[in-house]
Amino acid sequence: MSGNLVEIQGLHFAYGKRPILKGIDLSARKGQVVAIMGNSGCGKTTLFRLISGAVKATQGTLKVDGLNVGDLDQDGLYQLRRRMGVLFQFGALFTDMSVFDNVAFQMREHTDLPEAMIRDLVLMKLNAVGLRGAHDLMTSELSGGMARRVALARAIALDPMLILYDEPFAGLDPISLGVIGNLIRRLTDTLGLTSIVVTHDVQESLKMVDYVYFISEGMVEAQGTPAEIKASGLPFVHQFVHGEEDGPVLFHYPADPYPADLRLSHA
Amino acid sequence: MPERVIGGFRKIGHRTIDGVWRMGVSTRFFLLTLMHSGICLRRPQLVIREIFSAGVLSLIIIIVSGLFVGMVLGLQGYETLQTYGSEEALGILVALSLVRELGPVVAALLFASRAGSAITAEIGLMKATEQIAAMEMMAVDPIARVVAPRFWGAVISMPLLAALFSAMGIFGGYLVGVVMIGVDDGAFWSQMQSAVDFREDILNGVIKSVVFGVAVTVVALFEGYDAPPTAEGVSRATTRTVVTSSLAILALDFVLTALMFRGV
Repeated sequence: MSGNLVEIQGLHFAYGKRPILKGIDLSARKGQVVAIMGNSGCGKTTLFRLISGAVKATQGTLKVDGLNVGDLDQDGLYQLRRRMGVLFQFGALFTDMSVFDNVAFQMREHTDLPEAMIRDLVLMKLNAVGLRGAHDLMTSELSGGMARRVALARAIALDPMLILYDEPFAGLDPISLGVIGNLIRRLTDTLGLTSIVVTHDVQESLKMVDYVYFISEGMVEAQGTPAEIKASGLPFVHQFVHGEEDGPVLFHYPADPYPADLRLSHA
Repeated sequence: MPERVIGGFRKIGHRTIDGVWRMGVSTRFFLLTLMHSGICLRRPQLVIREIFSAGVLSLIIIIVSGLFVGMVLGLQGYETLQTYGSEEALGILVALSLVRELGPVVAALLFASRAGSAITAEIGLMKATEQIAAMEMMAVDPIARVVAPRFWGAVISMPLLAALFSAMGIFGGYLVGVVMIGVDDGAFWSQMQSAVDFREDILNGVIKSVVFGVAVTVVALFEGYDAPPTAEGVSRATTRTVVTSSLAILALDFVLTALMFRGV
């Protein structure tokens, strides 16, 4: 058996009759940071939801730590999720709780640890993201970057084996962007985690991930290490990495010919 | 023309199916809430927090409204009763009106507007900002952690608020009838004491307020949990909570009154 923590084979998913994923093969080795990239609407967030068990695949297998996520009942799924951390796009912090209580939430829900020990653990987790001094603040007092870091501290609260990041760089200033990128890499290495980052931020991701999957129209279009991706001659990857306006992904939404739409054909 | 008629029927059909579907889903939601209520016994502090949100924060509107409703009852009741020379019965009129009807009904309507809308907006926004999804991802069941404590907090608060509303109303009636107009103090209280029955009047009023509390809270929780995760979705859900729960209160009041006081 390989050292893969996440293994996906021939995964299909559809919302009703609309296919989203059309046979995805993907794996993430233990200790790796894997990026899943693609343009908006390509199915990467759906893949994120499938890995976390929020939705079930229509076909194919998806295993996390050897468990087939699609076969798990609610209890089994909750058992698995206790060993997973999730960082949502905008943090999804509980707005009626302080920073401290947000990080302590899972410890209080899932363990019988005494409050004194929870305090120490929370401060350690917050220290890892550089926000130990902010433990008394309410979430409304945090900047976007700080909220993302608190959410990261909350995600590692119970020392998970896997962390899923949904667009962790969205809407951040350049400093916060670098901080979050470094934190993902550092926490993965020091805590021995596996990280899967769903993102379309190419430049920041290629700096710190081990492996990249490019998804387009529900299929893996390209994959490789950051160096391989940068050197790729595939038109889609080239367009994406260099942020080109037109290419395989068209600038214009499909439409009738321009002159016909402007009724210039009779002129 | 037939196209339009068929379209109209189709629309009615869709709405009927949607209404039946929502009733089914909300009933399932209610049963799930009851099944996940064990957490409220294990961690009563969660319920106490919700009693504060739903109950304590509704105190001002309940106290002020109760006082004014009682004062109006005192004025109107005196006007009517003095025509028949029975102004000493003012205490009975004020107390029975409040304990049997106005206390539970008006307090529940106010509760739906203040606490019900707040519950819907809070849960709807938790959903829109992915807090509910985050909780599920942390292997914490939101029905147990978010919904059940709010349900019991509100259901416990409702009869207490209705009792307070009635008490303030009686005090308002006393202020107008006895202090301002000069109805005999002893007659006001003693006639009230002899005419108000604990089981027939007070207990039935309490039962009404518990039923209204359950109805308002289930509507508020379900609308919040079912709200589309957008600003417009939460706003519509909040409005629906107030409208649906107000109509439910009035309909249930008729049914309960018929069962309790007429022996139907």
